[in-house]
Amino acid sequence: MKYAFSFLAVIALILIAGLGSQIPGMQYFFGVAIPYLAIMLFVGGFVYRVMQWAKSPVPFSIPTTCGQGASLDFIKQDKLDCPSKTSEVVARMFLEIFLFRSLFRNTKSEIHDGPKISYESSKWLWLFALLFHYSFLLIVIRHMRLFIDPIPFWLSAIEGVDSMLQIGAPTLYLSSVALLGGIALLFGRRLVNPHVRYISLNNDYFPLVLIFAIGLTGILMRYFLRTNIDIINIKNLAMGLVTFSPVITVKIGAIFYIHLFLVSTLLAYFPFSKLMHMGGVFMSPTRNMANDSRAKRHINPWNDPEIKPHSYAGYEDEFREFMVDAGIPVEKELSAAKDEA
Amino acid sequence: MYNKGTIIPGLIIFVLFVTFPIWFNGLKAGTLPKPELPPGGEKKCVMPVEYMRANHMQLLNEWRDNVLRDDNRTVVTVEGKKYRKGLQMACMQCHSNKEKFCDNCHAYTAVKPYCWDCHLTPKEAALKEETH
Repeated sequence: MKYAFSFLAVIALILIAGLGSQIPGMQYFFGVAIPYLAIMLFVGGFVYRVMQWAKSPVPFSIPTTCGQGASLDFIKQDKLDCPSKTSEVVARMFLEIFLFRSLFRNTKSEIHDGPKISYESSKWLWLFALLFHYSFLLIVIRHMRLFIDPIPFWLSAIEGVDSMLQIGAPTLYLSSVALLGGIALLFGRRLVNPHVRYISLNNDYFPLVLIFAIGLTGILMRYFLRTNIDIINIKNLAMGLVTFSPVITVKIGAIFYIHLFLVSTLLAYFPFSKLMHMGGVFMSPTRNMANDSRAKRHINPWNDPEIKPHSYAGYEDEFREFMVDAGIPVEKELSAAKDEA
Repeated sequence: MYNKGTIIPGLIIFVLFVTFPIWFNGLKAGTLPKPELPPGGEKKCVMPVEYMRANHMQLLNEWRDNVLRDDNRTVVTVEGKKYRKGLQMACMQCHSNKEKFCDNCHAYTAVKPYCWDCHLTPKEAALKEETH
């Protein structure tokens, strides 16, 4: 029941915002102060985390190699899985960031009768992750209509495509359905798959439950709990926030404050959690390095510059007499070395 | 700090993305749209103002389903006044100016209702009658 805590935490957040925003005067706290604090924590925390990573040295060349590396001319290199040039690294990173290529592999070992062991690629995680991330991206972009004025044509176009089935009024967004579906599947995967369930922690469940609650409150606000949800007033507040002149002049329904508070929680929580994989995917040495350690020497930043490289020839020069004494074979005999000197 | 050349531009791009609304608007909040009140001076609608502001699309959708799908054209009576279910037959009798009443807010919030795929504004209707 590790996930129970996540549900309790989200319910507590909903109660805080739902009840708190109904206290006279608290609208500014939930509608202005909290969102500003959250976005500052998000940007500041994100930059801080990335800077911390940027300050960490990479002592070894550690790209993950999943194919044939660059070798002799007649051996075909697997350029995407074992990149040796920056351009190949960029291609690999692009596929990783936009199509989650490593999740596509996700091999899983299973023991069948026989006994036989099989290594099969489990595509579910990849599929659910794509569904979730892209619908979330679309939703974030779509929300820009509340933050900018006038609205550019590309935003209206996205909006039009997302609501193209024209179901109900206000029209149903496909991305809303996809987001909730994607999260439910990702959450279900953690419950159903015993291996994943065993290693799942609260900090795996909490973001899923939180984002699900954000999606759910958004949908409730848009389609069902519309009392005092006048989009004009909401955009007025949002525009005020991004032009640093926020005003709340009218009553806005509690569901809006709940939605906003949950989003603020997500933003504030983001930099200090596993959600930082958004920045981390760019910063992973196993992904962003080229496998060229045989062609280019990787200098460990920890190395003391005072300690110079010591070749075998130099080593032998230094210890030849002792080696000969001890009967260790040497490349240059004592006499030959003396002649040279 | 390592790899400054890529990490700092990357962070700048990230911050620019996140702060997109701030620099896009240039700190200008724009003007809040004010839908024009009925030119004829009517004060009563089928529902109170707050309800209409938040829920008019749902009411219209319901009426559309009633009339077109269920053949239910029951006249709505509010405080003795009778309204026939329909955008042109009820709403636009008072709110006659689409541009000043509907489009004002819809443009502000990027809402593109498909009412006008079939319906005509009073102005357009008059124009059609002339040409035919």
